[in-house]
Amino acid sequence: MIEIKNVSKWYGSFQVLTDCTTNVKKSEVVVVCGPSGSGKSTLIKCVNALEPFQKGSIVVNGVAVEDPKTNLPKLRAQVGMVFQNFELFPHMTITDNLTIAQIKVLGRSREEAVDKGLKLLDRVGLKAQAAKYPGQLSGGQQQRVAIARALAMDPICMLFDEPTSALDPEMINEVLDVMVQLAHEGMTMMCVTHEMGFARKVAHRVIFMDRGAIVEDAAKDDFFGQPRSERAQNFLAKILHH
Amino acid sequence: MSDFDFSVILENWGFLAQGLRYTVQVTITAMLGGILIGTVLALMRLSSLPPLQWFAAGYVNIFRSVPLVQVILAFYLILPMVLQMITGKQMPIGAANSAYFTFTVFEAAYYSEIMRSGIQSVPRGQVAAGYAMGFTYGQTMRLVVLPQAFRNMLPVLLTQTIILFQDVSLVYAIGATDFFGAADKITQRDLRPVEMYTTVAVVYFVICFTLSRLVKLLQSRIAIIR
Repeated sequence: MIEIKNVSKWYGSFQVLTDCTTNVKKSEVVVVCGPSGSGKSTLIKCVNALEPFQKGSIVVNGVAVEDPKTNLPKLRAQVGMVFQNFELFPHMTITDNLTIAQIKVLGRSREEAVDKGLKLLDRVGLKAQAAKYPGQLSGGQQQRVAIARALAMDPICMLFDEPTSALDPEMINEVLDVMVQLAHEGMTMMCVTHEMGFARKVAHRVIFMDRGAIVEDAAKDDFFGQPRSERAQNFLAKILHH
Repeated sequence: MSDFDFSVILENWGFLAQGLRYTVQVTITAMLGGILIGTVLALMRLSSLPPLQWFAAGYVNIFRSVPLVQVILAFYLILPMVLQMITGKQMPIGAANSAYFTFTVFEAAYYSEIMRSGIQSVPRGQVAAGYAMGFTYGQTMRLVVLPQAFRNMLPVLLTQTIILFQDVSLVYAIGATDFFGAADKITQRDLRPVEMYTTVAVVYFVICFTLSRLVKLLQSRIAIIR
């Protein structure tokens, strides 16, 4: 589904990604973790070309992201993305947030889009909030709406960029619950997150990044059982011991 | 001249009202046209294409560095010549009409700076979210960025419009009859400057002060809940 091959990226002379290679198969859940500044968010943003990269290739569902001939809006419409800061559109109601791209990008009718949007809103437990504005919801609620907004496009895979990092602790679980449910339904997911409990529960593979490189790419049990690299061991020791 | 005679105002009210209507028409035209052109200039200035950036920056810097009254005069003289070159016919467009064009083009430079800071006030993540939904550049701007930029900047845009409303009085330099120009012409004829100019000042004050109070009121009502 997502094939990342030898991707390198520079900001000027500073290299942020070094020769990253991995892939995410259909219905696979891959968690990307690592210390801050390790390039995890940058890598996931390369997948739907929100960040350009200078070397290597990324193929999503058979389409090369870096190819200048690729129709990026069309590709992005098929790839759901959830951001750290939710990024709901603050000037629109929740319903409009859920329907605008369905209408403007997929060409669905308003009724069809509202129907779909409200179904998904119900699924994330927020049906009653349809007429409100994002600013009237809590962070956890906003992030659940953001997930519903991405799902409304019937994506072939979902990218999560630290979806719980900006949340108060008591709101993290309501978002993770939605993500776990998605994973169980067989959604293809690439998640940048520090939530190791989530990784343990649903991830098939865990990728560990440090200084722009993929240091470890292992099946979940191998990763948590005995990470091979010292850096991954240190990282796990730091985030699991409290 | 110890006695004031305000009857000069009442006697000439029709002429003054006509001038006021012209002032309002130029203001509204230049506001709508200026915001439209200004928004395009702001997008050019913020684009990643150097020629567009240079054009927009040049436009803004030139118009902001030249006195308005000089631009009014220049366009009044140049516009007919340019039109004649294009159409091959003599086109006397007149002072009143040339002011519509001048103010639109001139104010666009100021509105563009306001829209530029409005666009920059929208978090970059919003742009990324727009693209991630599959929006094109145009859709991301039209549906996500500009509505927020416009709302954030509405009070400043309206304040600029109030200044524009006052600046229209500068068309007296080319003899057009706006509100101030009308008062000026009556004064030359009836020689009642104190009554006339006092009235004009009061009318300007009442209109502008009321508008700026309204802007303040609006400001508290349209703020986006964040």
